[in-house]
Amino acid sequence: MAKITVISPKGARRELEAEEGASLLRVLLDAGIEVPHLCYHEALSAYGACRLCLVEVKKGKKRTLTTSCNYPVRDGIEVYHDTDKVVRNRKMVLELTLAKSPGIPALIDLAEAHGLKQDEVRFPLDHANDCILCGLCERVCREGVGAEAITFSQRGDKKEIQTPFAIPTMACIGCASCAHICPTGHIKAEETPLWTQIWGRQFKKVRCLECGAPLVTEAQRDHLVETRGFAADYFEYCDVCKRTRQAEHFATVGR
Amino acid sequence: MTINTPAELEAKRGEIVSARDPNREAIAICAGTGCIAYGSNELFEAFEAGAKEAGVELDVRMTGCHGFCERGPLVVVYPEKIFYQRVQPKDVPEIIEKTVKGGEVIERLCYVDPVTDERYTHEEEVPFYKHQERLILGNNGLIDPTSIEDYIGIGGYKGMAKAFAMGRDAVLKEVMDARLRGRGGGGFEAGWKWKFCREAEGDTKYILCNADEGDPGAFMDRSILEGNPHSVIEGMVIGAWAIGGTDGYIYVRNEYPLAVQRLGIALDQAREWGLLGKDILGSGLDFDIQINRGGGAFVCGESTALMLSIEGKVGEPRAKHIHTAESGLWEKPTNLNNVETWANVPAILDRGAEWFCSMGTEGSTGTKIFSLVGKVNNTGLVEVPMGITLREIVEKIGGGVPSGTFKAVQTGGPSGGCLPASELDLPVDFDALTAKGSMMGSGGMIVMDEETCMVDFAKYFTNFLRFESCGKCTTCRDGLHQMHGILQRICDGKGTEADLDLIEELGETIHEGSLCALGGTAANPVLSTLKYFRDEYLAHIVDHRCPARVCQELITFTIDNDKCTGCTLCAKRCPTGAITGEKKGPHYIDQDKCIKCRVCYDACPTKWAAVDIA
Amino acid sequence: MELTQVDEILDRHECQQSNLLAIMQDIQAEENWLPRDALRRVSERVGVSVAHLYRLATFFEAFHLEPRGKHIWTVCMGTACHVRGAKLLAEKLERDMDVDERGNTADMEHTVEEVNCVGACALGPLIIVDGKYHGNMTSTKVDKVYKGYDLKPMTGGEE
Repeated sequence: MAKITVISPKGARRELEAEEGASLLRVLLDAGIEVPHLCYHEALSAYGACRLCLVEVKKGKKRTLTTSCNYPVRDGIEVYHDTDKVVRNRKMVLELTLAKSPGIPALIDLAEAHGLKQDEVRFPLDHANDCILCGLCERVCREGVGAEAITFSQRGDKKEIQTPFAIPTMACIGCASCAHICPTGHIKAEETPLWTQIWGRQFKKVRCLECGAPLVTEAQRDHLVETRGFAADYFEYCDVCKRTRQAEHFATVGR
Repeated sequence: MTINTPAELEAKRGEIVSARDPNREAIAICAGTGCIAYGSNELFEAFEAGAKEAGVELDVRMTGCHGFCERGPLVVVYPEKIFYQRVQPKDVPEIIEKTVKGGEVIERLCYVDPVTDERYTHEEEVPFYKHQERLILGNNGLIDPTSIEDYIGIGGYKGMAKAFAMGRDAVLKEVMDARLRGRGGGGFEAGWKWKFCREAEGDTKYILCNADEGDPGAFMDRSILEGNPHSVIEGMVIGAWAIGGTDGYIYVRNEYPLAVQRLGIALDQAREWGLLGKDILGSGLDFDIQINRGGGAFVCGESTALMLSIEGKVGEPRAKHIHTAESGLWEKPTNLNNVETWANVPAILDRGAEWFCSMGTEGSTGTKIFSLVGKVNNTGLVEVPMGITLREIVEKIGGGVPSGTFKAVQTGGPSGGCLPASELDLPVDFDALTAKGSMMGSGGMIVMDEETCMVDFAKYFTNFLRFESCGKCTTCRDGLHQMHGILQRICDGKGTEADLDLIEELGETIHEGSLCALGGTAANPVLSTLKYFRDEYLAHIVDHRCPARVCQELITFTIDNDKCTGCTLCAKRCPTGAITGEKKGPHYIDQDKCIKCRVCYDACPTKWAAVDIA
Repeated sequence: MELTQVDEILDRHECQQSNLLAIMQDIQAEENWLPRDALRRVSERVGVSVAHLYRLATFFEAFHLEPRGKHIWTVCMGTACHVRGAKLLAEKLERDMDVDERGNTADMEHTVEEVNCVGACALGPLIIVDGKYHGNMTSTKVDKVYKGYDLKPMTGGEE
């Protein structure tokens, strides 16, 4: 276990215990310290793109400004949150983010919580798209789901999230995990009881054999059966009907 | 042809040297990219054919880059070492007849100083070379880079043999004592890097050479790779010995196909001769090197991005909380050094750390190669001892600015900054340059004159960086995007004074909030031009004027009809038909149609120079 | 492009992920661009997703996912060349050849591309046409290079 010291802007010191190598952001959040973040998710690897989770860390004699999501906790470090340097840079990061993806309630709220109103942004607002390039979608698709249907394409200020060749891809299983995790609503999945439409393809849904309620997409079912060890019959009934059938089964089998 | 022991190597060296008559007639033709573009391949053929025809025994050799690119193609006639510049195939018969056979110097092919009018016959006398200390580059002109015999003949692999004899610890100490600082831009002491990697845990250790030379305007590494590839190989073997390296990679940028080719030849030769591979010279060291090509991404010059690229992944840098010396390529301990850094190692082992420290300054030992380019008379590669002043480089070696008015010199590429005339007496050394808001960088030195707009220059670098940024960090990607937008507005005459404050604020966050050195130094070009040339920014903002007459939105092209003779060349060339006029009559530019492309300015014969840009 | 050609390249590089860039460069050397089917084959045999290859192909400047012109005109945009007028040179080429946003002429005979420094700074501004270096370019000198390719500069009033 590592022991670290967290210093608040007013100078109050707190000792925290954490696993050596753990994500510093995770440790701070668990301790109830509010550190804003957009591209971090505890189920996925840290990426360090949004630059919001900045803190200052003193290790030995060196004190540096760093993102906390991908900073591995080490015994003896001192962590300064919300210093003037952190606050100043965080505000500029928010200003840049709002300029890139204006008009998004979640981002506007976040910015206002840190003292920045959208109309105070000194850069031209780009209404072209709502993607902040946090990468959560491509990480969940790659690390979580294992489909690798979308990826970052290009680099620099032309970087974007795309399917290969920017055309609909068979690698996509229509699970819409990307849409679910997207913090700005840039990725949209259209849902009906019969299908999901996402990334230019329409995915037929598996429906409960009993009541017809939609479950997952067929492609998703196949993917989960093939790669996650789910039994094919797991997706034949919805949860409600599963319980009913189970109950009926016990009722007929008896003791 | 395997050489198994250091003694065998020395014997072979003796054989090579004694087989070469130092008084033999030979022609060395520079085969650097610049001279090849100017036709040195054709010169080679002309000399070979010419010698045959004249019945002369002539050793014609294509050598590594001689550095004086402005005056290429360069030819040196041995044994007198007569230096000829701007040689054409049609000059060859005369050279063979008069110089080779007759020992006569052909005056018109000699270098004449444009300022003093003095003529020079020998390379060392030419001012461009005289003030240099060509420790590394000097060897280029002596060897055919595709000949390992040539390299051994000038002392090649001696340092390596010595290193084996000294033992690993002594070698590490020697490099540390030399205080050799990285020549790629970082300036970290190589010896310390080697030490950390040596102490890291693990049996597999990688020794890498960063040949990604991405700074636009820099081609020092290219010349070493093309002109003396064995020097890099030898350096890496010595490094592997000291560190405990097992496998090596040279990561060469995609845009250097000739370097890849020559390195490939050199590696094959080294293996053939037993100087690379298993149990090198009987030392017990097993080490081999592979070439890995880049794909065209400046960011892959960053160490973690380079390693990811070798792994077949995109070059998005990662945080270095765990150093690459401990966990780098494929998570194994890795030592990465730049081409020029590696090229210095054999000499340090051969001649000693004390000798190396006798050159340069306390904080920056040895020499540094710079690519001196832009608005300078003597464009080319120069190698100077650290501590020489910028003025000496630009004026004495560079021959000054053609137009006569020096404005600024940029060092450190996209990570560096501009220095104005008032800083010309600054000694060129890692710390001195950084203290003034610039940096050494890899060695690109761009000279600018009154026709360079500093705002446009800052915009150029910002544009370069936003295109080359990997795009991960908001601060770098979006920051550079916005910085470029502000600079574009200023260049278009739409900037405000508040923009200057915003540039500084934004620059700070780009610097402090970004992960890697690309973002970390990205604001330097803008901030340094703002620091030293604020007046120029204000001229664009307040006066809507571009003093250097570059920014298209702020300049107007007109024809001075007092000078115009009505030759109609400009009207004929104008892409938009904006120029009207009769033959032998006055000509006029329709401002609504003019796209400020400068074609008319280029077309108007210099004797009239009737196109004005205001 | 024949799949057998792709397989040959893959075999030569032992289908190693660390040789991915080299594999893609060799494939591209055949026809000057990376066909999708070739990439799909690489994905199959190296064991990486097509998405990963797409990411590599779009990240690195050297790769092109669409066919290119027969003759490639490369303008160096390095700093030394910039200071000597490379931007106006590139604009002239693009204007004269009327290229699309990918730099290709309509008849796919020519492609104009910009590269960030080829390391021949003494020759700047320079263009490389089909591998041949043309240094110290001015708008007038470029017109001379055009002659070898049956191209003409754009002039006003002429269609």
